[in-house]
Amino acid sequence: MSDAATAPVSVFAPWEDAQAKPLIQFQNVTKRWGDFTAIDDLSIDIYTREFFALLGPSGCGKTTMMRMLAGFETPTEGTILIDGQNVAAIPPNKRAVNMMFQSYALFPHLSVADNIAFGLKRDKLPKDQIAARVEEMLSLVQLNRFANRKPHQISGGQRQRVALARSLAKAPKLLLLDEPLGALDKKLRQDTQFELMDIQEKTGTTFVIVTHDQEEAMTVASRIAVMDHGKIIQVDTPSKIYEEPKSIYVADFIGDVNLIKGNVSRTGDGHASIAWAEGQPDLTGISHQDLPIGSAATLAVRPEKLSIYTSRPKDQSNVIKGKVLDIAYLGNMSTYVIETPSGDLIKAQIANTRRIHRRQITWEDKVWLSFTDTAGVVLDK
Amino acid sequence: MKRFGLISVPYLWLLALFLVPFLIVLKISLSDTALSIPPYTPTLDLSQGWAGIREWWAGLDMENFTWLTEDDLYWKAYLSSLKIAIISTVLTLMVGYPIAYGMSRAPDEWRPTLMMLIILPFWTSFLIRVYSWKAILSNEGLLNQLLMNLGIIQEPLIILNTNLAVYIGIVYTYLPFMVLPIYSALERLDESLLEAAEDLGCSRFTAFWLVTFPLSRQGIVAGSFLVFIPAMGEFVIPALLGGSKTLMIGKVLWEEFFSNRDWPVASAVAVVLLLLLIVPIVLFQRNEEKQREAEK
Repeated sequence: MSDAATAPVSVFAPWEDAQAKPLIQFQNVTKRWGDFTAIDDLSIDIYTREFFALLGPSGCGKTTMMRMLAGFETPTEGTILIDGQNVAAIPPNKRAVNMMFQSYALFPHLSVADNIAFGLKRDKLPKDQIAARVEEMLSLVQLNRFANRKPHQISGGQRQRVALARSLAKAPKLLLLDEPLGALDKKLRQDTQFELMDIQEKTGTTFVIVTHDQEEAMTVASRIAVMDHGKIIQVDTPSKIYEEPKSIYVADFIGDVNLIKGNVSRTGDGHASIAWAEGQPDLTGISHQDLPIGSAATLAVRPEKLSIYTSRPKDQSNVIKGKVLDIAYLGNMSTYVIETPSGDLIKAQIANTRRIHRRQITWEDKVWLSFTDTAGVVLDK
Repeated sequence: MKRFGLISVPYLWLLALFLVPFLIVLKISLSDTALSIPPYTPTLDLSQGWAGIREWWAGLDMENFTWLTEDDLYWKAYLSSLKIAIISTVLTLMVGYPIAYGMSRAPDEWRPTLMMLIILPFWTSFLIRVYSWKAILSNEGLLNQLLMNLGIIQEPLIILNTNLAVYIGIVYTYLPFMVLPIYSALERLDESLLEAAEDLGCSRFTAFWLVTFPLSRQGIVAGSFLVFIPAMGEFVIPALLGGSKTLMIGKVLWEEFFSNRDWPVASAVAVVLLLLLIVPIVLFQRNEEKQREAEK
């Protein structure tokens, strides 16, 4: 009893364990097409049972990375190891890796059940075993009633689940998902995200997902690799990526952010302060970088970390004076755009816990914003 | 009313250009041959009124169709045509499918050129193209000269005036009709389907056999009918390239009309040919309809 109480809650974080053996290793992988470098000297380890997201704008190389894992592309330089084995010479049909295609790539001439059975039949499994596995997969994605339909006779969401079931049927070590929810509408996408996580947990398969939708990556992934121009900019858990971006690019790419430019005035104790505008007090945030005093830096702070006051708050460290320029009512929250005397625009997001007529802040009001010393991050440049 | 007007145009077209000529041929096939102009009786004489129509009707009979079953020339010719049409359809498919496949896998910028190469022969007269095969295939023709000069053969190959020449002629002439529908089916094929098949454990070849081939089936069926139907009644190619032993119903038909001047029997031959072709034509239509439905 006391043991259980004192034992640390086991968190799934094999990347922090030096003993853990990665399932996938990219070692200095480069992929070029003529002059174009799609992947640029990239190294990354991905661990068993991870739900790993490759996130980035289109053309950043995330799909190329995935296609190299599937075997449809080979690296120009470097090696890719899956389970410690160099996969360069292994063709796609011999890899214990399956892929769910962005277009789903369901065979239009085969029924739902035959689509799911397709990979199993290639393994020459006995008939009853195939039938049992297909049934199991159909139950997993709740499509038993549609087993005999053709792909064009079911809805987009159902097709997505057939594609998932088909790619999971062979129980691959690694499942690759190329924008798996891209074709679904928003509501269905959110439901499916949770379903995807459920299925990943149930099957214990390692998932690598490619997406350009940061919300999707945040929801499903155990770790996110933010990519740009063939390089990984940052790999971290969703919360780290969001709370502690290591570069302006990452801070800006994920979610809404205020980027306040200034010059470093004070550092130390894991924090840094910047002087940013005449007549406004310095702003302080977390800093893991070694920033020389006086160098240009940017404070990145999320709008929801800001509080808004109608009078100057006491005992608060980061205070910004300004007036309300715009209010966007989003239902569950409101975004206030505050204009500082120097003309900078800063966004603050406040949850609407009260009814609208009870709130007193309105356009042109003089207000003060503030946030704690740990709310923002001071970044290079 | 406006809608009716719109629909009636194609119907009038079909009526004037297909149904009316067919009815005329049908009527002639029921007549008797005669030494007159036109060379058959009876002819409808409306000046005699109702009695004229009655007399005309009484003159029609099935005699010519009975004749077709009595002389074994006809059913042998039908059977031989069927055999030649089937064999040449299969040959055209075997030549046409790889061409269509190659075209569909070619880089985008090449495709219009390749398409042009397929269509280009149509810009020359069909008759001239078939005639030139005579120059290629004859004993002293280009092919034999080439092979003999290369030392591959000593004696000229006898190709012209055999069924082989007819097959070559049909395959050559109808190739575009086979290539184009297959190409259009293959071109629509989503590349990721093949990747998915490979990803699920197929080799390149099994992926072709399990995905590409079934998905181009409708193109194959369409192309085969487009070759089979006209090949069945083909006259020019067997007449120019085939020998005296090449028996095809088109040739028989021509001889009945122009050598024997027996219009009624010739018409009966044509009517039976049409009835025989209705089966594949209906099947073809059904295939097209299925395809349209699948695309919805």
